[in-house]
Amino acid sequence: MDCAVPIDKPTDWVGSEADGSRLCFHCGLVCPDSAFALGEKHFCCAGCKTVYEILNEGGLERFYALSPAAGVRPQGDSARDRFAFLDDAEVRRKLLDFSDGRVARVTFHTPAMHCAACVWLLENLFKLHPGIGRSEVNFPRRQVSIQFSEAKITLSEVAALLASLGYEPSLNLGSVEGPVKDPVARGLVLRLGVAGFAAGNIMLLSVSSYFGLNHATEGFIQRAFGYIAIALALPVFFYSASGYWASAWQSFRARVLTIDFPIALGIAALFFQSLWDIFMQHGEGYLDSFAGLVFLLLCGKWFQRKTYDRLSFERDYKSYFPLAVLRKTEAGETSIPVSKVEVGDRIIIRNGEIIPADGVLISPAASVDYSFVTGESAPIARASGDYLYAGGRQRGGAIEVEVTKAVSQSYLTSLWNNEAFNKSERPDITTLTNVAGRYFTFAILAIALGTALFWWFANPSILVRAVCSVLLVACPCALALAAPYTLGTALRVLGRQGFYLRNTNAVETMAKADYVVFDKTGTLTTSRAQEAVYQGMPLTEEERAAVAALARHSTHPISRAVSGVSDRAVEILDFKELAGRGIQGRVQGRLFQLGSRSWLQARGDDTTAAYLAIDGDVRGRFVLKAAYRPALRRVMAALTERFRLSILSGDNPGEEAALEQLCGAGVSARFQQTPFDKLEFVRDLQEQGRRVVMVGDGLNDAGALKQSDVGIALTEDVAAFTPSCDAILDAQVFGQLPDYLAFARASLRVLRAAFVISLTYNVLAVSIAASGYLSPLISAILMPLSSFSVMGFSVGVAKIVARRMGLGA
Amino acid sequence: MGVLFILMGASFLLAAGFLAGFIWAVRRGQFEDTETPTMRLLMEDGGVKGTNLKEKKEPHE
Repeated sequence: MDCAVPIDKPTDWVGSEADGSRLCFHCGLVCPDSAFALGEKHFCCAGCKTVYEILNEGGLERFYALSPAAGVRPQGDSARDRFAFLDDAEVRRKLLDFSDGRVARVTFHTPAMHCAACVWLLENLFKLHPGIGRSEVNFPRRQVSIQFSEAKITLSEVAALLASLGYEPSLNLGSVEGPVKDPVARGLVLRLGVAGFAAGNIMLLSVSSYFGLNHATEGFIQRAFGYIAIALALPVFFYSASGYWASAWQSFRARVLTIDFPIALGIAALFFQSLWDIFMQHGEGYLDSFAGLVFLLLCGKWFQRKTYDRLSFERDYKSYFPLAVLRKTEAGETSIPVSKVEVGDRIIIRNGEIIPADGVLISPAASVDYSFVTGESAPIARASGDYLYAGGRQRGGAIEVEVTKAVSQSYLTSLWNNEAFNKSERPDITTLTNVAGRYFTFAILAIALGTALFWWFANPSILVRAVCSVLLVACPCALALAAPYTLGTALRVLGRQGFYLRNTNAVETMAKADYVVFDKTGTLTTSRAQEAVYQGMPLTEEERAAVAALARHSTHPISRAVSGVSDRAVEILDFKELAGRGIQGRVQGRLFQLGSRSWLQARGDDTTAAYLAIDGDVRGRFVLKAAYRPALRRVMAALTERFRLSILSGDNPGEEAALEQLCGAGVSARFQQTPFDKLEFVRDLQEQGRRVVMVGDGLNDAGALKQSDVGIALTEDVAAFTPSCDAILDAQVFGQLPDYLAFARASLRVLRAAFVISLTYNVLAVSIAASGYLSPLISAILMPLSSFSVMGFSVGVAKIVARRMGLGA
Repeated sequence: MGVLFILMGASFLLAAGFLAGFIWAVRRGQFEDTETPTMRLLMEDGGVKGTNLKEKKEPHE
């Protein structure tokens, strides 16, 4: 939380001066002028001022005392009709968590919340509207759950209220699918609690017998203790350990041995041996070891499930698509849910919006940015009658489109029908633990069989007991704990760095990888900074500033890049945006025009560029150049030592020479790759026996990310949507990627060492059992000793390795 | 020796009470968000959540 509540700042904090300019009282950004001021308080825009006024009237001005200038600048208009689609019965039903006809509850995802003051404000929402009831924030998930009276406020008004405060709820097609709940977590915590409860109490009962409870004189007490211990152990056997029975049975039926199989054998042997001992009054049994083991095993499961609530590794195209779209009918324009868009509908796509379904352009011209889908960065011009694929983003004025295919059948969504997306989640039998577990099982079964044969001839009466002892001491619990703790630690170390892995398997798969495939646009280049390079007659400093200021008025990608060539403030008069052509404006009487070649009648080739004319004279043009990530050269050099590398790009091959110069000749590059080509490329590599890491960013990489062994989604903003993947990498730490891959390999070496240690314990235990009677006391000592030492080794050494590699700990 | 069983009965009752409390807390979802409550602590009103509506029983999932 970058802005915790500062207690030392005065509560009447007023935007302070920073290099002469005032800061917005609400959001803390620099105010360009004092057009929006209220007394001493300055605001950067009308939006921030409005939020301040709303909060002030609602008696919520303490917001600013909790955390000065922590406000969120409201984006766009918060007009209610923008959310009108929320009142559609079907959308309402899907969004609402609960409704009894009078009171309803809804949970919105509001990525804008970022500090304690935001939490306070959102939980005091009821002061702003009489229809709002209790609201509760889940900060790690950036969610606010709001109760409201359906008679007094509609769902769209609730959303509009949030948007007016700057906390615009993120509403996309994915959000109506219902929140992704994690049913595993709650069950696991309960199992863990029950096992811990039983283990603790059984241990208390057992301690008395270890410290000399006499069989002869206190036989009654011992029997009573035994029965109580059984009563405590039953829920552990039937509830806490139930996952192991299911998993062992599944692996037995599928004829694939996982580590869970010998574990289930071992703990079952412990349990039944103990029952036998207690009922037959042979001794006090091993129930303390049994419950303790189950508890520790569940602790391991819990430890390896490090989850990042803010992140989702499961997103598909639906998270990118809007929930509603404007439909144009005879009666006018209405906002309707995307799911209700039908073939033949006329829809309006405004600047920056995504086309949700394939269709035909009705308006004269459109400029569609498909970077999302294809990776091609330059917007494509389309004329009336052209076919538009879903997933493109309109740049410029609003356009009208006639829908020709339903949303679920468009070109983009067809990628999700690929079989790569239908791989079922099965236990990975190639993990180190499961491979070790397989050999282990064969070894134990062989020893158990040998023991059985021996006693069959020597003394059949103790055959069952002897076989049971072997199974029970050979339980590979320490082995099973090694991976969760080693890899779980690796997961945490990398997470703190900004590299978020979905699960511990990803660490292992990453360590075994031998091929890295990169997407180019948005992955090797930054989507934040596109450089505009000027070609033509030299410009003076004033002219440069004027062009930049002019470009700032437009959201076209080229304009955005051009606006970066100077940051001086210049006043533009008579600004005009001519759709499909360009923009123009006057600076000190001179006419500046920035736009297409045909509009300005300039000479030049077909390169995507914005041409510049001053007072009608063409002066030159701005060409977009993808800015490569600064660390790229270093990353490529470091990775070439160990991996084969490839680059896949949806772009044209114009950048080939520059790429080769940056990455070295050993890196193969392919251009004009469709999302399907990328997927196929990865699959071909896998068929050649490669283990592939794919690094990509957009929906166009979604197929390849899914197909690859480890798909890493690179993102500039971790809170933003990323396609379905195994890991999310913060773009700021892109330069460290080789280190992270090396750390994954080092973690695997630590894991192997932990295996050796735990195997040593098993050999020790088997030899004790073979040489004589394995007493419950020795079992009670050996069991925690082996488990705890393996846990300690795994966590400790993994952390030391991390620190040695400069990854902190 | 009988006192031993009385004491054990009492201790198990106590422990069972804690277990029941734990199960209740998990079911209520108290282990699902451990971060937001630490932020509420810093607010002067202690994060007491107000409402305009009459409190009603809502089913917990």
